Formats: sequence, C-alpha cells, structure tokens
Amino acid sequence: MNPASPILPIITSTVVAATPLIYAALGETVVEKAGVLNLGIEGMMLVGAVAGFAAALATGSATVGFAAAAAAGVAMSLIFAFLTLSMQANQVATGLALTLFGIGLSAFVGHSLAGTPIQGLQGVEIPLLSQLPLLGKLLFHYDIMVYLSLVLLLAVYWFLSKSHTGLKMRAVGESPTVAHAIGHPVILIRYLAVMFGGATAGVAGAYLSIVQTPMWVEGMTAGKGWIALALVVFGTWKPLRVVCGAYLFGGVTVLQLYAQGFGLGVPSELLSMLPYAATVVVLVIICRDPKTILLNQPVSLGRSFHPDA
Amino acid sequence: MLKLERRPAPSPVMRIASPLFAAVAMLLTGIVIFTVLGKNPEQAFYVFFIKPLQTMYGVGELLLKATPLLLCALGLALGFRSNVWNIGAEGQLTMGAIAGGGVALWLGDSSAAWGLPLMLVAGALGGMAWAAVPAYLRNRFNTSEILVTLMLVYIAQLLLSYLVHGPWRDPQGFNFPQSKTFSDAHLIPILIEGTRTNWGFILGLLLALASWLFSSKTYAGYRMQVAGLAPAAAAYAGFSNKRNVWIALLISGASAGVAGLCEVAGPIGQLQAQISPGYGFAAIIVAWIGRLHPVGIVLGSLLMSLLYLGGESAQMQMALPSAITGLFQGLLLFYLLAADLFISFRLKNVSVARQSAAVAIIKEAA
Repeated sequence: MNPASPILPIITSTVVAATPLIYAALGETVVEKAGVLNLGIEGMMLVGAVAGFAAALATGSATVGFAAAAAAGVAMSLIFAFLTLSMQANQVATGLALTLFGIGLSAFVGHSLAGTPIQGLQGVEIPLLSQLPLLGKLLFHYDIMVYLSLVLLLAVYWFLSKSHTGLKMRAVGESPTVAHAIGHPVILIRYLAVMFGGATAGVAGAYLSIVQTPMWVEGMTAGKGWIALALVVFGTWKPLRVVCGAYLFGGVTVLQLYAQGFGLGVPSELLSMLPYAATVVVLVIICRDPKTILLNQPVSLGRSFHPDA
Repeated sequence: MLKLERRPAPSPVMRIASPLFAAVAMLLTGIVIFTVLGKNPEQAFYVFFIKPLQTMYGVGELLLKATPLLLCALGLALGFRSNVWNIGAEGQLTMGAIAGGGVALWLGDSSAAWGLPLMLVAGALGGMAWAAVPAYLRNRFNTSEILVTLMLVYIAQLLLSYLVHGPWRDPQGFNFPQSKTFSDAHLIPILIEGTRTNWGFILGLLLALASWLFSSKTYAGYRMQVAGLAPAAAAYAGFSNKRNVWIALLISGASAGVAGLCEVAGPIGQLQAQISPGYGFAAIIVAWIGRLHPVGIVLGSLLMSLLYLGGESAQMQMALPSAITGLFQGLLLFYLLAADLFISFRLKNVSVARQSAAVAIIKEAA
C-alpha cells in the first residue's frame, strides 16, 4: 500500500471514532435487555466526560480519569434508577430529565476547565506485533481503551447469551411479572443493569475528553449518546451487531471529516449533517419491518414494574 | 414501617401540589448548592429570583423569554398527552426561524403590511414541515419519533449555521456569521413600551386558549386524550393512532416554528448561528411542570423564564456560570417526577400486626 494513501489513517480514525459509541451502546443494550429504556445516555456521557477530564487533569493519570468517569456515570444512573425503579416515574421523561440535567451539570462543573488541554492516552506498544509492517499500525497501535471495548463486547455477549445471571436478566426484561413470581429480584436486577449502563456511558464520555480531543468542551458529545441509543435498535439488541453498527457510524463520521479536509466543494456544515442523517436512514431501514422489532425488542421495554400492581 | 400503597384513584390534589413541591425542593437544593459554592444563600436567592423582577424592564424580559417556552410547550404537551414524544422542538424552532427569517430577507426593505403575517405563516410551515418528517417515518416505517426528532435538531442547527456562514451572510457584516438585520416593518411590534416584550406573548396566550378548546371541546382532542390515557381503549374504539401522530407532530412543529420566528423577528432581529439557548428542550420541562394543561404551562413557562433570567443575573452579579440554569432545570424535572409518584401511590404506616391482620382477612375471604 502506498504510504501516503489515506486508507490506513481512515481505518484507524474510524476505530477511534467508534470506540465511545461502542461503550455507550453496549451498556444501553444491557439496560434495555433488562427492560429499562434509559434516554439519559447523552447526559451521563457528558458528566462522565467532565468528571474523567477533571480527575485526569488533577492526577495526571488517565486510569484515574476513566475510573472517576465510570463512578460519575454510575452516580447519574442511580438518580434515574431511583426515580424509575423505586419511584415508578415514567422512563422516557426521566431519561430526558437525566440528559437535560447532565448537560447543565457538566457545563456548570466544567466551566473553569474548558479549553485546558491534557496529555491524552498513548497507544500501546506491543513487542513485535506493533512493529509489523502495516498490520502493526492497523491493529496493534491503539490505546488500551480500544482493546478493552472489544473485551467488553465479549463480556456482554457472554453475559447475555451464555451466563445464568444473564438469562435471569433477560427474563426480567421480557416479563418482569413472571420473573417476580418465580422469585427473581426484578428491581435489584434492573438497578444493576442501569448502573452498568451508567458506568459504560461515563467511560464513553471520558474517551471523548481524555483520548479523542483531549480536552473538555461544553456539550462535546454532540448527540453521540442519542446515536448510541439508535445503534441499540440498529443492532436489534444483539451486542455483535451493535458494535458493527458503531464501526459503521465511526466510518461515516471519519469519512465526512476527510471529505471536509479534501475540500470537495461541499460546505462543511452540510457534511457534518451526515452522521445524523445516517442515523435516521438506518432507523428507517431497521424499523421498516415491524417483525424485526417485535421479535428482538425486550417485551417490557420502557414499562414500569411495581410488585403490588 | 412506611410502605407505598397504590391509591384507589389518582389524587387530583397531588397533581396540582406536585409541581409546587418540586419548585420548593429545587429552591432548597439551590440554597445548598450556593452554600457549598461559598456564596451567601440569602444574597444568591435575592439575585436569582427577586432582582430580575424589580424593574418593569425585568418583568418585560420575563414575558419575552417565556414566549418561546410557552409556544413550544403548548405544542409538545398535545403530543405528550397522546404518547407522541416530540423532543425536537429545538430543531422545529430553528427551521421556523430559517423559513420565516428567509421570507424577511427576501422582502428586504419592502414595508408591505402583509410582510409580517407572511413571515409568521412561513415560520409555522417551516416548523411543521420539519415535524412532518418524524410523523411520516413513524407512521410509515414505525421509526421512533424520539430519535428522529432529536437527530433533526442537529441537522436544522447545521443548516442554519451553513446559511449564516454562506449564502445568507450579510456582506457588510464584517464576516460575522449573521444575516442582514430585518427591516423595522418585519419586526414583531412591542407590546409594553419601555420593555422588549412583543406581541408574541399574546400569541402564546391565544394559543394556550386554542389548545384548551381543542383538548376539551373537540372530538379530535378527545380522541388524542383517550389514546394517551388508554391506548387499548382508543384502538378498540377505532381511533386512528396515525392521525394522532400527524396532529400532534404537525401542531407542535408549527407552534415551535412560530416560537423560532418570534425570536428572530423579535429580540434578535436577524438570523444568527445561535438563536436559542435551548428553549425547545426546556419546553419539555415546562410542559411537564405545567401538567400538560394550558394554564399550568403558562405558569410553568414563567417559572422557567425566571430561571433563565436568574442564571444571567447570577452570572453578572455573583460570577457564577450561567450554566447553573440548566442545573436548576434538570433538578426541577427530577423533583417533579419523584413527587408525581404520590399522585397514584401513598405512604402508609403498616405495622406488622396490621399486616398479619390483613392477611387473615384475605385468607378468610378466600
């Protein structure tokens, strides 16, 4: 391959662009499999981004940053869990509230941090493998979070389709009443699923502020949390397909950036619309056949459950 | 031991009391936040909630900022009542501004009397067209209107940004991303002399009245209420859900479009890259806090407008970031959602003895 060819950087930037979507969407897949629809991903990502950035800035350690982001995401998700699971609040409204709250909270907290650059996360150096011609750059030069996102994919896949606990959780998502009747702790399982989704959304946000940018910019998620939600539908609640969708979207994002760079004569604002327009198109393609959704969507998705009711 | 128990019927008192609880809880949390930030809570409260309203001009600003919130929220509430989740009012507002503002730019310096009404119609149609996309996609392809309306927000904002950076940029504007200013004939007349409040607010009140009439007096409004409260009953009665989706989205799109026009043909006076500090999203909270009822929404939009003014005032007087407004908005909605639990549930002190007594009665009955 010609060393000046843009193919290699396009592929590597696609992987980097897709990684936050993978974290957020895999987390939401688990949440929705438990029958809970959390529309607050965008808010949790923003709070994760600012918390992770602040912690990384203060300690100089990206690891601490990601841990702080996960913790912040969990804290946010607990607000959602408390309102929807313990207080029976409407999941759609509460998720929206979580996003609006997250936008406000992150802007407020991050006010003094905006614009400060930090040392991002370096790519890993694997002896031998990273030195391979072409393949080394293509596969073995990313930061650790990229590889961990694939580990997360395996873990979520295994959990949902192979583990006993995953089976219980899916039962809760399909029919909480039946799951409750045979003695599964519906509310507890849903709490744990929502917290998992919070942690991954927090990490997804921190990936933007610690690795991609790396700095804190107000509202920096720019709809990625919502795209992650669309990806879960696109992947028909199957982890592997969700991740494929994330790479597809990463590709669209990167290609439009390259198109802007090459100066095709198309205004940059119009090219920037592509990822959002693609989301709409993809949703139409998947939802066109109602059977696809009916067969795959957890039956109790978005419905409150109260043991006495 | 305290236990949650479902009420035999939802409590009408709690429906009204819950927003008040939420507002008070938000204020108390605000005091805690101010104290944690090392500000004098008493002074902060004064700066945030009292100072903005001490002058006639301030009251005018309250009505001015309440206008887009009111217009958007009235439309959204119509949808929320029938389980249609338009959360992209911000995008419809932007498209209304683009369409209506485009007409103003096209008219230029002409001072024909039909200029402003034409802009108003264009604004409404712009927002309506933007909301027609999710309506069509949901009815035809079963696509979630939540995600589509939201994606269209980003697309509308990018379109506006493209227009004011490119074809519609004012050639004499020193390269700022903004259009020419609209001529005076194309600005909405001021309502109260000495303030910036314009007739848009009256338009909002009229729409509130119309919305009340629609919901309580028309058959279409009744069908939509049934669809929201009991979807199965609505389907059994043969009410078309698709028609509800169309009505809800088109009306909310149109009213958001008018809100956008009122901003650009009102306080802004031209098209800019940024025309709204998130009114379309805040309107979701307004609709909720107003109990999806027109009267409640008028009050809710005033409260939300006060939060915007308070945020600005706190920024100027106390060096607090104005983002604190967003924080308060989120808190308000959280508290409301929590308090709403007590509409259909109540707390009951259940002692162990009474519990076992109840069990005995049930066993006897069985």
